[in-house]
Amino acid sequence: MTAAAIRVDLQLIADMVEPATRALDVGCGDGSLLAYLVSFKRVDARGMELSQTGVNACVVNGLSVIQGDADTDLRDYPDDAFDYVILSQTLQATREPRVVLQQMLRVGKRAIVSFPNFAHWQVRLRLVFGGRMPETPSLPFKWYDTPNIHLCSIDDFRALCRDMGVRVERAVVLNRNSRRIHMPPLLANLFGEQAVFMLRRD
Amino acid sequence: MPVELDDLTDAERKALARCHQAVLGRRRPLRLDCGVELGPYRLAYQTYGRLNADKSNAILLCHALTGDQFAVECHPVTGKPGWWESLVGPGKVLDPACYFIICANVLGGCMGSTGPMARDGVTGQPWNLRFPVVTVGDMVRAQAELLDHLGIPDLFCVIGGSMGGMQVLEWAASYPRRVFTAVPIACAARHSAQNIAFHEVGRQAIMADPEWKGGDYRLHNTVPARGLAVARMTAHITYLSELALQRKFGRSLQDRDALGFGFDADFQVESYLRHQGSTFVDRFDANSYLYITRAMDYFDLAAAHGGVLAKAFAGTPTRFCLMSFTSDWLFPTRESREIVRALNAAAANVSFVEIESDKGHDAFLLDEPEMFRTLEGFLKGAALVRGLGEVS
Repeated sequence: MTAAAIRVDLQLIADMVEPATRALDVGCGDGSLLAYLVSFKRVDARGMELSQTGVNACVVNGLSVIQGDADTDLRDYPDDAFDYVILSQTLQATREPRVVLQQMLRVGKRAIVSFPNFAHWQVRLRLVFGGRMPETPSLPFKWYDTPNIHLCSIDDFRALCRDMGVRVERAVVLNRNSRRIHMPPLLANLFGEQAVFMLRRD
Repeated sequence: MPVELDDLTDAERKALARCHQAVLGRRRPLRLDCGVELGPYRLAYQTYGRLNADKSNAILLCHALTGDQFAVECHPVTGKPGWWESLVGPGKVLDPACYFIICANVLGGCMGSTGPMARDGVTGQPWNLRFPVVTVGDMVRAQAELLDHLGIPDLFCVIGGSMGGMQVLEWAASYPRRVFTAVPIACAARHSAQNIAFHEVGRQAIMADPEWKGGDYRLHNTVPARGLAVARMTAHITYLSELALQRKFGRSLQDRDALGFGFDADFQVESYLRHQGSTFVDRFDANSYLYITRAMDYFDLAAAHGGVLAKAFAGTPTRFCLMSFTSDWLFPTRESREIVRALNAAAANVSFVEIESDKGHDAFLLDEPEMFRTLEGFLKGAALVRGLGEVS
């Protein structure tokens, strides 16, 4: 695992994190974002990961990771334990996304969330004209074996943030080539394949 | 409580001939949790490797219930390999070329450290059951005095499994500034009712042996060998998993083709347990077994901190790595998880890995590549932070 080359959305998240801060990556997978944050930004970075293989891979690489579930285990952390709590491409797989967001913003001063946009035009086309559940590069699963049980669109997510009284400090939308797009919300919700939000308690 | 240090059993004499010893508590006796002041007392210990110039590479190994200071080399009494030679040694994860490794026989033990076999310095009689009950906290305070004696300000790592893991937790809670990393393996923050129950069976077996003589067997030149062997047999079952027992023995018969229709060891598993029991008696003291099992039973880290485990670790600078094994039913994974939860609540730096193994509680002593890799990665990361440079 080289920390130098990480996925574009992870790089985006990493760029949002100030150096020498404290961060918790929830659903940290093999730890590539953690390793980047530790090596290049001197972040005191911790991880939580559901899969035991993922956890073991992280710890073997010297990262501080525990086996845990975003839905249940964020509760164990005290208020304001971290500057950032990160949830990349995992929100849609949680049982209670709203509660998870609340917990993230309790444990962290800021939350950084990335998720696939279910209103992307490819998704819409496949459902409207194909009449089938969408399968796209960012949503590669069959309807019957997908871990994604709470998919949402970028606009849905903004609406949830409004409901929760959460301030959106930054919102970055990526197209299907993982390039940043700068469009009004209506179009961003159509052409964005995924989004990265930085949130803060209001 | 004055202790006479010169009177030794054969096993102790053999052990002390092959390791170091420190006499502590001469000037200021050790105040035990039970209120008794003990001193002087002896700790028998072994070391591997060399302390570096800035004294930053010391690792303390904490042994389990029936372990001792001989973690690596052939045991001076049994001739068997050290209990953690799979982990410690040249080219191993804990390499004496990189670290200064210390392992001390616990207070209350029977391999040279002061325990119930010691003699009362006033009457000259063995203490036996009049020896004060020691706790895991007492064991750790004695180890801390040993470190003072050796001039070691703090430890790069404290590591141990089972009761060794309890000591690691106690170290981290009592001396957070002296512990850079803590690795408690296959343990719990408090001994469960089931575990206390098993210990009680073992103790009752010892005390029911007529040779035990109220603990004064040495005065009568007897050995409660049967009781101690039964205690060991019971305990040994708890160290294995059902699957491991089944795989190793099944219903295979021992040295016979058919059932004997009697009460000899027909089955291999019976013969195996009898062997475990009888060899244990050669190296372990029955009273010591009573005291050390008691220390584990009394262990409850949260109780000492107002019932809240997280308080034991409040503000800790120590980096933790916990490991448990899937088939360990003596210290199951949920016990480790409880510690992880408390450490998270204290915002501590913690890693936790559950290792897939069918070898039961004993897995921590065996060749478990996943455990070795995890520990190696964890220590490597910690060594970088500590400025120990590239290790192993």
